[in-house]
Amino acid sequence: MGKEIFYFLIFPGLLFSSFIGGFLSWFDRKITARVQFRKGPPLLQPFYDFVKLLSKDTILPKNGSKFTFLVAPIFAVFGAVIAAVFVLLPTFGIQTGFVGDIIVIIYVLNIPSLTYMIGALASGNPLAAVGASREMKLILSYEVPFLLVLISIIIKSGMSIKLSEIIAFQTANGAFIGSISGVIGFIVTLMCIQAKLGLIPFDMAEGEGEICDGITIEFSGTTYALVNLAKYIMLFVLPALVVGLFFAGMNFEGINILWSVLKVVLVVLLLTLIRNTNPRVRIDQAMRFFWIWMNLLAISAIIFAIIGL
Amino acid sequence: MGLKEKCFKKSLWVFHLSAGSCNNCDIEILDCLTPKFDIERFGMKLVGSVRHADVLLVTGVVTRKTLSRVKEVYEQAPKPIVVIGIGACACTGGLFRDSYNFAGPLDKVIPVDAYIPGCPPKPESMLAGVMKFLNKK
Repeated sequence: MGKEIFYFLIFPGLLFSSFIGGFLSWFDRKITARVQFRKGPPLLQPFYDFVKLLSKDTILPKNGSKFTFLVAPIFAVFGAVIAAVFVLLPTFGIQTGFVGDIIVIIYVLNIPSLTYMIGALASGNPLAAVGASREMKLILSYEVPFLLVLISIIIKSGMSIKLSEIIAFQTANGAFIGSISGVIGFIVTLMCIQAKLGLIPFDMAEGEGEICDGITIEFSGTTYALVNLAKYIMLFVLPALVVGLFFAGMNFEGINILWSVLKVVLVVLLLTLIRNTNPRVRIDQAMRFFWIWMNLLAISAIIFAIIGL
Repeated sequence: MGLKEKCFKKSLWVFHLSAGSCNNCDIEILDCLTPKFDIERFGMKLVGSVRHADVLLVTGVVTRKTLSRVKEVYEQAPKPIVVIGIGACACTGGLFRDSYNFAGPLDKVIPVDAYIPGCPPKPESMLAGVMKFLNKK
């Protein structure tokens, strides 16, 4: 019992993943600034933002469910931390998990998006409702290609549905990114993660120009701080999942530490560069993109995986 | 200086409220975001919702039409909030102080913490004004 609480609260869970996630969020903003020839925020900026938001007033919605509105961000952090524990422990090479934990991970990774939606709908704000409906459509579009890519990975790893076994298979037989189906799957997963994180080509749920931050419009003070914390954690967990699924996980012995850090940073860098070189698409364009093109790519990844490429 | 104050000063999220300006000050505010001035290096960020704001940048004369809206937006913002009047119109009424539609300078409507005069003020002077105010506080 004590070990589980340690896992949840300190090492791969709340404390560790929020620190690394905060650092990655600074990295994201700094790279964005450098791409635009700006100087960018200081290293401690995510920490300043978080503490400042904690010290501000929290305004409750007048026409809405106050309890749901307050509880939703807490559940977002819970979901993100549970996802962090499930994903990071096998990725770091600690032998835990159970048969079928990859399916649990798929479910748990959706909790933050779902809770933002619930919180937004509970606030009673029409713009938040528009944002929540867009987020819902986005979830419907990116889940199917993501699942198909996972199927191709499961086929490649010899029908194993345990994340630590998938990583062990890659450590023995080479990372999946070295094969054709792995490259295709990596591209599709990158797009799905972009949508899961709400980064720019798919940030229509919080389009700040048209619907004033959409799903997060009514969150203020502590609730918004928790939403931001969940976002920091997800910015670390999802690239770590990609590293686990395609780059053979992380290894912390000797020089391998450098490689492990570089893998995560590389994935975040790719996400940042995609977000800086693309305009926002409309929700119907995003749905068409995922339902037709990404699904086709993911199915071709499955076919390549079946014939062993 | 406590941790709370330090973090507040290091991460000011700016909400931009036009109370009936000629759009000139608004363009100059957006200039602050450009690579040449880059307010993000001070941790400032333009936010879309007033619920996230720490600073309310008000531009333009407060007209009778926008009077209630300005009050409402100020009440919607989570406290503590800093209100900064940008431009001659927001500070005093400027050219329009004798107009039939003028509903008083900004500080008669909501409490104002800092004034940045000019028609329009340069981005440099806005940054200097905000920095002076923060160092004084």
